[in-house]
Amino acid sequence: MLVLENVDALYGKSHVLHGVSIEVRAGEVVGLLGRNGVGKTTTLKAIMGMVRRTSGRITFDGRDLAGVPPHGLAGLGIAWVPEERRIFRLLTVLENLRTGLDRPGIAPARREQLLEKVYSYFPILRERRSQGGGTLSGGEQQMLAIARAMMLEPKIILLDEPTEGLMPRMVAQIQEIVHALHRDGVAILLVEQNVPLTLDAAGRVYIMEKGAVRHHASAAELRADQRVIHEYLGV
Amino acid sequence: MDQIIIQTLHGLVNGMVLAMVASGLTLIFGIMDIVNFAHGDLLMLGAFVGASVVGVTGNYWLALVVAAIVIAMLGALLQITTLRPLIGRDPLTTILATFFHLQYPWYRVATAVLAGLIIGGLWLFLKYGKYGIWIRATTQDRVMAQAMGIPVPLVYTAVFAIGSAMAAASGVLFGPFAGVTQTMGFDFTLRAFIVVVVGGMGNLGGSILASIFVSLLESYASIVVSPAQAVIVSFVVLVMTMLFRPTGLFVPTPK
Repeated sequence: MLVLENVDALYGKSHVLHGVSIEVRAGEVVGLLGRNGVGKTTTLKAIMGMVRRTSGRITFDGRDLAGVPPHGLAGLGIAWVPEERRIFRLLTVLENLRTGLDRPGIAPARREQLLEKVYSYFPILRERRSQGGGTLSGGEQQMLAIARAMMLEPKIILLDEPTEGLMPRMVAQIQEIVHALHRDGVAILLVEQNVPLTLDAAGRVYIMEKGAVRHHASAAELRADQRVIHEYLGV
Repeated sequence: MDQIIIQTLHGLVNGMVLAMVASGLTLIFGIMDIVNFAHGDLLMLGAFVGASVVGVTGNYWLALVVAAIVIAMLGALLQITTLRPLIGRDPLTTILATFFHLQYPWYRVATAVLAGLIIGGLWLFLKYGKYGIWIRATTQDRVMAQAMGIPVPLVYTAVFAIGSAMAAASGVLFGPFAGVTQTMGFDFTLRAFIVVVVGGMGNLGGSILASIFVSLLESYASIVVSPAQAVIVSFVVLVMTMLFRPTGLFVPTPK
């Protein structure tokens, strides 16, 4: 479904990608592991068209993303949950959700359904729906960022370090959501530092180092033999 | 006592006039970081279009609508063909004409009420409308708005058109008592810039409060000094704001 072929990208001076090739199939959860600054976030930004690509190809359902404007990706079924969450701070929780809900061609009944669904996943968001996005705690903002992405009914979610800086209870909740999305058939490209969570949630894992993919294996293989993990991540 | 009431009324009316002009300006600045020096000219053009329509049809309401639509289209065209901000005018050439009437002209009050209604309509649109949410989301985080599928280039053009329509409507509303001239945009724009800065750039509510605040201060000052000297008050407020609260008087202190 989502295919990156030999992608080279430039983002400032230090953030570069060298020949990154990654594939995510429909409904699949794929992990992207690596230390800080190895190009995981840059890879997601390359998919979102936010960094300058110098060579290579990114296709989604066979369509080259090079010609798609940045606001056209959501319509194709690609949703982005950035590392910084990027909640619209001055919009209420409900208004944040509406940025993904107020799109052409969605029936009112379907809107209600989608809202009900995320409220059932994240009851706290229903409670806080009239509250400003900026007033939420870090964990709540992460939930809102994921819920907002779900409003687009995406085929794939690019999930960037969703558990970073969260309390263990929140981490467990995010993990639960990743499983739930997987059950719903949503593909996820999961960038994480949290190795156990990634090996639990993902079917396959790519490991990056210095802007390139160094290793690719199934999560089961990596769970059985963690030497690769030690080598590249030092944990 | 009468004088204080009249000056309060006067300040409020001028405040609404100013708020109307400033709201278009602050909307455009907030979303695009463009300081639209052409705002006053759009206002003047709007007044001319409005005056022409009134001249032909005699219908004030029609003039208001036609001027807003024509100038909105012009604004959209300007924005699309890459906007080139005009050069700012010398602030010192601007002198505010303040009027004294023992009996307050009630048509001015009616105009201020109408301005309030239009600003209220804009606020409701921004607050509850689908496109209002798009505009506010784009103002806050353009990149994230795009990722959510919001067509940001279109939002830019639309905001410029709305801001232009607000300028045109201001021109039609206030043409009758400021006089429709080629230079009528001057006064309004300079003062609008002051309240936009004082209210916190890009903050609609702040601009409206600042408009009323500054206009009231000027009105009260003109009880003691001459109206021409009272204009200084707005500059004093501007300088004080820049010194002590550069993000704006009516913006919550950033955490």
